[in-house]
Amino acid sequence: MQLAILLGFLLAASAPLINRWFGEQASFILALFPATIAAWLLSQAGTVVAGEPLLLEWAWVPSLGITLTFMIDGLSLLFGLLITIIGTCVLVYAGGYLRGSPDIARFHVAMLAFMMSMLGLVMADGLLTLFVFWELTSVTSYLLIGFNHTDLKARNSARQGLFVTVAGGLALMGGLVLLGIASGSWSFSEVLAGGEDLRQHPLYTPMVVCLLLGAFTKSAQFPFHFWLPNAMAAPSPVSAYLHSATMVKAGIYLMARLQPELGGTELWVWTLSLVGALTMFTGAFLAIHHTNIKKLLAYSTIMALGTLTMLLGIGSDYAMTAFVTFMLAHSLYKGALFMVAGILDHETGTQDVTEMGGLCRVMPVTAVIAFVTALSLSGVPPLFGFIGKELMLEAVLGAEGFQAVLLGLAFASAILTIAVAAIVAIRPFFGKVRQTPLTPHEAPFSMLVGPGLLAFGSLFFGLAPAFFGIDALLTAAASAIVGQTLEVSLSLWYGVNAALILSIVSLALGFLLFKRWDSVRGRLSVLAPIQRRGPEAGYEGVLNAIVHVSHWQTRLLQNGYMRNYILVMLVVLIALVGYSLLVRHAPVLRFELDARFHEVIVVSTMAMGALFATISRSRLGAVVSVGIMGFSIALIFILFSAPDLGITQLLVETLTVILLVLVLFRLPRFSHLSTSLERFRDGAVAAAMGVLIFLLVMTAWSIDQFEPISTYMVENSAPLAFGRNIVNVILVDYRALDTLGEMFVLALAAIGVIAMLKFNHGAPSAKRKKAPREPYDG
Amino acid sequence: MEPIMALAIGLLYATAIFLMLRRSIVKLVIGLLLLSNAANLLIFTAAGMTRGAPPLIPEGMSQPLGEVADPLPQAVVLTAIVIAFGVLAFAVVLIRRAYEIVKADDLDKMKDTDT
Repeated sequence: MQLAILLGFLLAASAPLINRWFGEQASFILALFPATIAAWLLSQAGTVVAGEPLLLEWAWVPSLGITLTFMIDGLSLLFGLLITIIGTCVLVYAGGYLRGSPDIARFHVAMLAFMMSMLGLVMADGLLTLFVFWELTSVTSYLLIGFNHTDLKARNSARQGLFVTVAGGLALMGGLVLLGIASGSWSFSEVLAGGEDLRQHPLYTPMVVCLLLGAFTKSAQFPFHFWLPNAMAAPSPVSAYLHSATMVKAGIYLMARLQPELGGTELWVWTLSLVGALTMFTGAFLAIHHTNIKKLLAYSTIMALGTLTMLLGIGSDYAMTAFVTFMLAHSLYKGALFMVAGILDHETGTQDVTEMGGLCRVMPVTAVIAFVTALSLSGVPPLFGFIGKELMLEAVLGAEGFQAVLLGLAFASAILTIAVAAIVAIRPFFGKVRQTPLTPHEAPFSMLVGPGLLAFGSLFFGLAPAFFGIDALLTAAASAIVGQTLEVSLSLWYGVNAALILSIVSLALGFLLFKRWDSVRGRLSVLAPIQRRGPEAGYEGVLNAIVHVSHWQTRLLQNGYMRNYILVMLVVLIALVGYSLLVRHAPVLRFELDARFHEVIVVSTMAMGALFATISRSRLGAVVSVGIMGFSIALIFILFSAPDLGITQLLVETLTVILLVLVLFRLPRFSHLSTSLERFRDGAVAAAMGVLIFLLVMTAWSIDQFEPISTYMVENSAPLAFGRNIVNVILVDYRALDTLGEMFVLALAAIGVIAMLKFNHGAPSAKRKKAPREPYDG
Repeated sequence: MEPIMALAIGLLYATAIFLMLRRSIVKLVIGLLLLSNAANLLIFTAAGMTRGAPPLIPEGMSQPLGEVADPLPQAVVLTAIVIAFGVLAFAVVLIRRAYEIVKADDLDKMKDTDT
């Protein structure tokens, strides 16, 4: 499996080549790849369904004990099958949708890379492996939303999606690390095997908050839902795949994965059911505001994601059955509906349902697909969506807390969803024929296969769930979420019960709403000002604030004044070193003045030289004082047992003075540039630094913490290195590489100096032409 | 001896920093020169100062006679002296060149990347 995913990434990288070789057939050839993985998964399904999770280990960095392990249990299998099968459909569909597009190779690269990341995500056993794949899906999703990169709106939407999901990803990483610390294990299979009870762990609350933030942003839960409708700027195959069937379910997957270990607490139940229910209602309610078919579907996807979260929150066995069923049903019908929306957009040239009408005559196959899937969406028997909805209402009826709230929201959402389904399936295809920007034709075969297959699933999984092995698959998935074996048996008829009655009533009301949709929409427009203040405005506000703050701090710190930079660095240095020296270690002051008279004279001369160099108003005075200081230092070296240093210092000092004299006299006289206040400030900083260094030297000299490392060098200088000047032996033997580096530095400096002197008059010649100045005689 | 040296090194640092904070580019370079000397002395002094015992081994022997000064700080400082000279030479030529082009020795007037 790991090999397959690696191969997939390689295939993604070579997609441009495949496109060049096979031209328009490339999509179909690439689609064989996920189809093969799906076939392999199906061949493994037997063992997994029997309750034996597949563990595939692959040594990654064996020396560090890091393995890339995949775990395929019922939940992963369900997701894996959805990803590969819908992926195959979408790739085939894209072959028709993007036919002739010059960017189709780019699409294939991002799409295959996303597919592999998503597969890796749902099969990852390592906590950090999951995180890596999670972020990969965010990045590839960014590339896919921004596919039409010449469109400003697409770019903004892509960035928004990226920011929201990656911010959540950051929280997720924190959560996973906390989970790893709390459980003492970095793999899901071990975490889920139990051991410690994580619910009692002191880190439980921060861990759950972080993990849920990651899951909520990824799965577009309220109040992070706003990025999903905007992501509809992506081409329709992307919307069908990423933003309904797969990626947005990654957050749901994570929550389901962790349910057995973290679920069941008050925090978990309250947050998930309330946020889920709120998201469900928000999505359904906002959907009917829109006439754009993709936005309608996007909001109804938010509704579905909310439903799934809510079911996880309720957490009963019944809710888990409803969860897996609803999720499978939703992936089937929503993927197909998005592809239908893409067909409509492709054929008519508009995404606005109010501009379409009577299309069933020219596009009969599309109309049938749309009708079947919309029936599944609205939950009409005998479609698979009906079973999902029935189980969902049943689970809500059995909820333990806030039953009334959840039921009210679920019922309202059901009505709204039915209206959405009717709008999508009836409005464009029936009624008067309308003039559309393009003259519509039936879509090509390649664009009908994918949605057709999914519609087929929506219909026949409902009619005969056991026949297709759906029962067994969902049993395995639900058992993985519950953590113990759970029997799922699906049927269309559970008898006349409350859920069925609610279903029928909601159907009637939903159809009524559809009939009056135009006038309802008009009345809803009064709510527009409230919507402008929604979470999206908050996002924009935060983004603008970040830009402002960075602008302000750049102006403040990068102000272009050299001395301000130096000043800031010095103040920080003084504060940090001073704090460390004065607070964390006490400075040691040991005044042992065993100084001799001539030594004091030399040191004083040196100090006077430095002082005079500072206050001198003439350049020559400063250079001479610096020279005096330098030669005094050479004397100090010689007096205190460092003859090599003395010689070097003498040579270098002589050269320095010559250099300064030669160059400085080509520069202007010292001028008085700063105010006395500035001089006072600089003086204070300088004095503080001086005092700090004094304390530092005093302390460093008084403390002997370790045996000097040079003992070894002294002892072995003659026997091993055959040198009697130990300093020289260190330079050319023990630390020979440093000396080599030093030679490089000097050579570079010399080259730089030569370059600057040599090309003295070459460079400014172009300048002179532009702005004639009096020629400078260098 | 070390307390006196510590005082002198503190003074050297203070003067170096004061000069580096001037707007005149020439003073900046002189400050740089003072700073590198001060840093050398700091390393040299912090290791402790020894009179009249250079780290040399007399001819025909394998070990020095008695205690000698620590050779490691000396080797470090020796490297530092030479590098500091390289930096200084580069800086001096650079400011000369900058002055030729910008026609200003005031650092505040060298803010822009375009001259």
